[in-house]
Amino acid sequence: MKASLLVLAALLVAMPGRQVLLADEAVSGYDYLQPDMQAMQDDLSSNPGMLVVEQGETLFSTPGQNGKSCADCHGEDGARLETKHIARYPVYSEELKQPVTLHDQIQRCWKERLGNPPITYRDEQLLQLESFVRYLARGELVNVDTGGALVPYYAAGRELFRQRFGQVDIACRQCHEYHAGQLFRGQVLSQGQTNGFPVYRYTEGQVTGLQERITQCLTKLRAEPFAEDSPEYIDLEVYLSARSNGLRIETPAIRY
Amino acid sequence: MCKPLDSLAKRIRHCRRGVLCLSLLAPAALPADEVGSPPPYFDWQAENYEINSPLGGLTGVAERGRAIAGDPLRGNCLACHQLPIPEEDFYGNLGPSLAGIASRQSTGMIRLHIVDQSRFNPETVMPGYYRPLGQLHRVAAEFRGRTYLSAREVEDVVVYLATLK
Repeated sequence: MKASLLVLAALLVAMPGRQVLLADEAVSGYDYLQPDMQAMQDDLSSNPGMLVVEQGETLFSTPGQNGKSCADCHGEDGARLETKHIARYPVYSEELKQPVTLHDQIQRCWKERLGNPPITYRDEQLLQLESFVRYLARGELVNVDTGGALVPYYAAGRELFRQRFGQVDIACRQCHEYHAGQLFRGQVLSQGQTNGFPVYRYTEGQVTGLQERITQCLTKLRAEPFAEDSPEYIDLEVYLSARSNGLRIETPAIRY
Repeated sequence: MCKPLDSLAKRIRHCRRGVLCLSLLAPAALPADEVGSPPPYFDWQAENYEINSPLGGLTGVAERGRAIAGDPLRGNCLACHQLPIPEEDFYGNLGPSLAGIASRQSTGMIRLHIVDQSRFNPETVMPGYYRPLGQLHRVAAEFRGRTYLSAREVEDVVVYLATLK
């Protein structure tokens, strides 16, 4: 009996669809890509997402309306930014009494430190800066706090992940937990991990932030997306980021 | 009666969309010929995991059903299933292959699978194509008060699948 269980266990581990069987284990979307797409992501000179990262790099040292740039505080090309800290976003702000995502923090700096008019989530400059800053932490392990003040936000995001939406009436988890690794009209479904964001979407031909990506999913479900930077998106970002804990940051990742 | 002409016009639009639509996933916009007030909703009854009466007493057309099954804007059955529709390259394997489905299931059971798959599996990832209205969460404005497919479209797909023996 014991021996046959061991054989069964060995078989399960050896099977190619391993990530489906061990759903508790986080698997990067990278592992679901075809080898040529993986190569495109790895080789930065052919990775199309690098264009946006480089635009962010330029913006990083561009002075704002009060003459100061990001580089004035954070060093040339972000040399004084702590990559381990970047990997902890979203973090809880005691000052604001709420979670702060990386793009929230960039929006705050943009307005308060650089003296610029506020930029909205959809502003491409924000996406460029976020891509550049996340890129600095490429290779770092995602490490979102799941034990502190973020707990209620994490729990709310988890509920949303399990909530069915729209006329299609399915929840995120149904595709990205139950069916990860399977084919959806020719596309492999991934676990929906966030370690590569902002990602270059091969099918859309552009770099996309996490909130925008969730909006795209909700629209496909024929659901009403949430308002920009709404609490629901923040909760989802907290949950989804923590769900990717332990995966390497791949920004700019390439995804379908 | 201008019905035959009407449905012919719809079929022509179908074919044009089928050729032009390169997207792998269902685009979110309502098909052009469905904009306007939603078609009437017909009640249905399931018994022993079958719906034996066609929705609204309509008679489906297999050829139209085949087009709906392959069309990313309509049934998009190929998103999750394999079907004998060789001109469409991409399919999915979230659900079982539907080749030969009619030799395994009655027409009434096929109809219930399309209308409300959650009757078979509450955790299903398959949309209920003709579920009672008003059971859904945050439906986008343009789709509110509408079933995923119209009764006619459901019957077309039922008749098509019933030919797969």
